[in-house]
Amino acid sequence: MEPFKKFTGLVAPLDRSNVDTDQIIPKQFLKRVERTGFGKFAFFDWRYLEGEIPNPDFILNSPRYLGSEILVAGSNFGSGSSREHAPWALLEYGFKVLISTSFADIFKNNCFQNGILPIVLDSAAVSHIMSNSLSADQEAYMVTVDLQNQIVTDDLGLSKNFDIDDFRKESLLKGLDDIGRTTLLEKDISIFEKNRINRW
Amino acid sequence: MINKKTLFDKIWDSHLVSQSEGQPDLIYIDLHLVHEVTSPQAFENLRLNQRSVRRPSLTVATIDHNVPTINREKITDPIAKKQIEVLRENCQEFNINLYDINSSNQGIVHVIGPELGLTQPGMTIVCGDSHTSTHGAFGTLAFGIGTSEVEHVLATQTLIQRKPKKMEIRTNGDLPIGVSPKDLVLAIIGKIGVAGGTGHAIEYTGDAIRNMSMEGRMTVCNMTIEGGGRAGMISPDEITYEYLEGKKFIPNNKDFKEVVDYWDSFKSDSESEYDSLVEIDSQSIEPMVTWGTNPGQVTQVSGKVPDPLDFIDSEDQENAARAIEYMGLEPNMLIEDIKIDRVFLGSCTNARIEDLRSAAKIIKGRKVSNNVNAMVVPGSMIVKIQAEKEGLDGIFKDSGFEWREAGCSMCLGMNPDILIPGERCASTSNRNFEGRQGKGGRTHLVSPEMAAAAAIKGHFTDIRNWNI
Ligand code: SF4
Repeated sequence: MEPFKKFTGLVAPLDRSNVDTDQIIPKQFLKRVERTGFGKFAFFDWRYLEGEIPNPDFILNSPRYLGSEILVAGSNFGSGSSREHAPWALLEYGFKVLISTSFADIFKNNCFQNGILPIVLDSAAVSHIMSNSLSADQEAYMVTVDLQNQIVTDDLGLSKNFDIDDFRKESLLKGLDDIGRTTLLEKDISIFEKNRINRW
Repeated sequence: MINKKTLFDKIWDSHLVSQSEGQPDLIYIDLHLVHEVTSPQAFENLRLNQRSVRRPSLTVATIDHNVPTINREKITDPIAKKQIEVLRENCQEFNINLYDINSSNQGIVHVIGPELGLTQPGMTIVCGDSHTSTHGAFGTLAFGIGTSEVEHVLATQTLIQRKPKKMEIRTNGDLPIGVSPKDLVLAIIGKIGVAGGTGHAIEYTGDAIRNMSMEGRMTVCNMTIEGGGRAGMISPDEITYEYLEGKKFIPNNKDFKEVVDYWDSFKSDSESEYDSLVEIDSQSIEPMVTWGTNPGQVTQVSGKVPDPLDFIDSEDQENAARAIEYMGLEPNMLIEDIKIDRVFLGSCTNARIEDLRSAAKIIKGRKVSNNVNAMVVPGSMIVKIQAEKEGLDGIFKDSGFEWREAGCSMCLGMNPDILIPGERCASTSNRNFEGRQGKGGRTHLVSPEMAAAAAIKGHFTDIRNWNI
């Protein structure tokens, strides 16, 4: 995993709540056995019309959001299926940070496993980011994400701290993977296995 | 108060491998279930990093999501075929037990775990599948994980986890006649909302749960994830032990008593504490039907499609309006006036033998409406064979249902069983998301009895008014 660095990125809005992983990556693409190649299928049913023609009504298809790296969305983002194909698709689409008032548990775990930072903010801050990224006055609304200091800022006065699990923060900042970290505890695992009373 | 522990606490504490201040815990995993869709990338990464599977005997695989439910020997979709072949190769290479398509034990992963007795009280169970919560019905801590975590479990037999909070959902009183476990869990989700259980392990307690069969308990725990819960669980009791006795992986009679004593020790202590409590008046629950595009958008069969303006919150109003439009419904129309095109009786929520028996009782001697195309997809080959032994297949076929082979099928439509755009389906599955059963398809979640009755009538109908 790439270490997560402070950056300033274009924000794209998805003003819906309960966006489930079936919407993020529909099932017909789950048959692939690779980890890559999902980006072009992200939000497939919303994003394309018949014949894979981009749907002009789908907000992320608007040229102003081309190259966005931060997605702001309604509450309970990533509910439903445990498919990790959802964060794979979002990452390949270009999103490194997701902002919402809440995320579904499994999806959130899956994001961390792939170097995506899900940020939970209060509804006032999410509305601020959402409305500015939607606003016609803001051609390219950018937000700066500083994980080290756990803060998101913009040029319009936003300056908001966010919480993150210390373990997850360290993994993201250093680009560590969980298996590597657990392997360091190999001795504990072996002891546990040995001590486990044979149950019957 | 000395050390009162819940079922969850007991399992968590007995599976702690390592714990240190400020860090998440490392917990041991007793059973890891694997299917073809969420595992290939995990095995591939093991190979790339030259890692092995730490305890191959604690992982069990089956093929369920992709399999066709007719003409199974010839899978025509080349990508699905490849995914299945990749699982076979991986299981062979890493020495993992696989219940393949032609095994008499094949079936939906959450149906076969319990019926083979792989699922046992006191265990930690994971699978790259959100409905792993099903196994919690047996007094296990069972939850869904992503593919990276699948790889983690394969490599280390452990998982890094923060302890979730504990929620008790207590059912007061028994369910009325004609009201099923599916209705109970839909009513619970309607009450707590689709994110109501986020960050929590939920334990279901109370009269309705205690008097419920294992099949019913599995239905309830299965849909825990639809309320956002990390895991759903139920303390084991005599009903649990009776279900498990004699199953393939359960120790034989001589030791069974000892095993039961061990299982029994995991029950929640009386007066143990939870972080939150939700109380349900079981008596007030009616047969339920979802009208929207998430399982929380649900109402009683005697009710109406809501008017978005009924909701106070503007976000709820927007969600309702969008859902009603997608579903092709009108605000305030009666649920019983909703006509259906398809019926799907299947999935890890409601395709066990008891579900099929209940549905068969409704349709026996009746005919499926001319406008409806109805199918039954048993949850496993064991369920299918048992149903055939009991003659249920004949009852279904006589009334006009198609009788299929076991698999996930139209629950998510990765195989050829899908809705076409605009088609409306009464489904016993667990997700009514946009496009879940096929792009543009419209799903209403109901119990097996309600689905069967809708198949006969061609529209939703209150099962409590039927003479059975
Ligand atoms: S039946 Fe549906 S919910 Fe259950 S495992 Fe299969 S696809 Fe998932």
